[in-house]
Amino acid sequence: MDLKNVWSTAKKKYSIFMVLFVLFFICSIINENFLTPNNLTNISRQLAVTTILAFGQTMLIISGMLDLSQGSVLALSGVFAVSAYKSTGSLVIAVLVGIVTGVVCNIVNAIMVSTFKAPPFIATLAMLTMARGVALLFTKGQNLLQLGNFVVFGQGSAGIIPIPIIFLVIIAIFTWYILKHTRFGRSLYAVGGNEEASIASGINVHKVKYTAFIINGIFVGLAGVLFMSRVNAGLPNGAVGYEFTALTAAIIGGTSFSGGVGTAAGTLAGAFIVGFLDNIMNLASVDSYMQQIVRGAIIALAVIYDIRSKNRRTKSAMGRIEDKEKPKAIKAK
Amino acid sequence: MNQNIKLRVSQIEKSFPGVKALDKIDFTVKKGSVHVLCGENGAGKSTLMKIINGVYQPDGGQIFIDEKPVKISNPIQARSLGISMIFQEMNYVPEMTVEENIFLGNLPVGKLGNVDWKEVRRRTNELLKKENLPYSPTTLLKDLTVSDIQMLEIIKAVSYNSDIIIMDEPTSAITLKEVEKLFAKIRELKARGVSIIYISHKLDEIFQIADEITVFRDGTVVESHPREELDIEQVIALMVGRKLTNTYPKEEVKIGEDILRVENLNNGNVYHDVNFHLKKGEIIGFAGLMGAGRTEVMRSLFGLDPITDGKVTIKGKEVKIKNVRQSIENGLVMLSEDRRRYGIIPVRSVKENTTLSFLQKVFYRFRLHHKTEKNIVSDMFSKMKVKTPSLETTIQSLSGGNQQKVVLAKWMIRNPDILILDEPTRGIDVGAKFEIYKLMTNLAQEGKAVIMVSSELPELIGMCDRIYVMCKGTITGEISRKDFSQELIMKYATGTLISNEVN
Repeated sequence: MDLKNVWSTAKKKYSIFMVLFVLFFICSIINENFLTPNNLTNISRQLAVTTILAFGQTMLIISGMLDLSQGSVLALSGVFAVSAYKSTGSLVIAVLVGIVTGVVCNIVNAIMVSTFKAPPFIATLAMLTMARGVALLFTKGQNLLQLGNFVVFGQGSAGIIPIPIIFLVIIAIFTWYILKHTRFGRSLYAVGGNEEASIASGINVHKVKYTAFIINGIFVGLAGVLFMSRVNAGLPNGAVGYEFTALTAAIIGGTSFSGGVGTAAGTLAGAFIVGFLDNIMNLASVDSYMQQIVRGAIIALAVIYDIRSKNRRTKSAMGRIEDKEKPKAIKAK
Repeated sequence: MNQNIKLRVSQIEKSFPGVKALDKIDFTVKKGSVHVLCGENGAGKSTLMKIINGVYQPDGGQIFIDEKPVKISNPIQARSLGISMIFQEMNYVPEMTVEENIFLGNLPVGKLGNVDWKEVRRRTNELLKKENLPYSPTTLLKDLTVSDIQMLEIIKAVSYNSDIIIMDEPTSAITLKEVEKLFAKIRELKARGVSIIYISHKLDEIFQIADEITVFRDGTVVESHPREELDIEQVIALMVGRKLTNTYPKEEVKIGEDILRVENLNNGNVYHDVNFHLKKGEIIGFAGLMGAGRTEVMRSLFGLDPITDGKVTIKGKEVKIKNVRQSIENGLVMLSEDRRRYGIIPVRSVKENTTLSFLQKVFYRFRLHHKTEKNIVSDMFSKMKVKTPSLETTIQSLSGGNQQKVVLAKWMIRNPDILILDEPTRGIDVGAKFEIYKLMTNLAQEGKAVIMVSSELPELIGMCDRIYVMCKGTITGEISRKDFSQELIMKYATGTLISNEVN
């Protein structure tokens, strides 16, 4: 009995990493180009941007929100950073401008969501449209070229480690630390799990929501710098739909859309699962339309898995069922 | 004799991971009788009812209806066998009409698969008329009271021609008068030959309505008797497995100076001119009918709702409470009447739920202190006798009584000076109730002060030093312990008597 319990908790906790491991193993076997240093570095460079975004989404989803504006705000931060670099020649200023842009946009998100109680879905959808508009207006729809030294963030390496990976690792650790070791992190889970009870327990819910968006803004701003630097251009039309890749990674990583559940490690694993799959499909020259279908199917599977495991959790718990989704749900004491 | 048995379960067993929920249950219900199930939370009553209703499958044993073995694999099948269940907490769509609700999931359809609304209307009218209910088929459910909706649920059960109706805590959210209405209905159904299984914690009610009483404890049937053979004391003793010598562990405590003083508190037209005070070591009660404004006053004091006007003094210092954090800092905390909504974070662990009120205590010097957190929580849990498989268990998996204790533990780790308890014992079992009373007494002895808002007069009378009675948004009476009586409280609560003593 006890052993069974230990096994089932382990299964619940680590299943995502087993999937990642198995996928890695299979990819290595079916394509000889997969397990080469070159390819793996490449994957990581590409993944850095969306994974950083996914950490932002993770914090937001845990607290019952989300951000659809990530791709647009990323583009806006990116082109601002690029043009700041072009006019000042300072990498530091460029990065700061990128971060500040991301933060400002996300404070606007937070004002809409927290102060005016707009549903995050709609509020960030509005920001998605606005930020893209500002980016296009600012650049007059033209790509900014000749970035010079700016490419160091996306293309450079420190020794053998690509700089995007360093950023990714720092942000991963930061996210883990925030979620695990800070009052703010604990509050995120509480707010997403039951906002009213959090208020009644003395949690400053406004502060939690604003902070979550601001951190998301920092991540998005940094991602903007990395992205533009990697492609060596300021693309006002770039990174369209990146928020969905980020959401996918978070969901596959076990972050629950009902709020209150999710981990940094899970999201990291989720992002790499998506990245490995994309990569192996590219290496095997799978049709790009086909790739979309596969990606969609994976999201569907991840969500179904989440819901099923949640139902099992609640059912196994001495017969308490608490499921608001089902209209004829059965409630017991 | 045997034709008289409507439902019989034999040797039913059910386990959940880590728990044996039911152990070889034998249980029979006679035709046209009311069979009451009682037992502490988690004793297995609800699990058994869910098995009878087809929500769960038993691991072993057999169910017989009219002495014929049946297998019930889902609630729809249960319905076709004549079994209906009315849940403790009803789920309904507020924007739905009465007729839609009655035929939900069972709408009559025409040849083309279109809903036959005429038929729906005709049958609804017929049912409403037959049951003597005064509302129209097109009334929206949000315009009905809880008890009306409950009646509807019963009608729904009747409309399926159910001859076994299971009611899980049907009176937990309705007023005394509505309870009478419900009981009249139950008696009527009984006369028609319907068998009713009735789960309740309210022992006085049980004795009004029961023909037979079965007591559950720890997944087994302790004893089953006709009502005449039992009295309340015996039932309580059977439920908890020991004799509770004293239902209300009230003790004499030295009363100190004022700790809380509320003067001319107003909030729009929710409540007005509320004046009261609370002394160290005191337990005061707030009585009144539903909607009298008791909860609203407490919510304002706790910072959940605004105060438009008035003065609040805590420990001699005037305070302006704008949010919950401020009231917590002033040593005032509140246990809400709606545990699911304001009390618990369902998906998080009992540990996290407990320390939520005092994160500074476990997050400091830039990290989470696991051991400190574990110690704080397990100390508090053993003090309060919280039963949980582990500290990592999600709070939603505990029974109601244990959830309530965890929510209380959340406040106890803050060591508050003033504890407001809003309906602290609603829907929880006798054992857990006793623990909560005990805690109140202990706090009073430590020189803290407690405010208890309750709709159950016996517990107010049993536990309080003074009782304030509210009616229509203001305090209409203050009664001290020596003058306590249910009649006096009800007079103030209904506004037929207004005291001059109230300052």
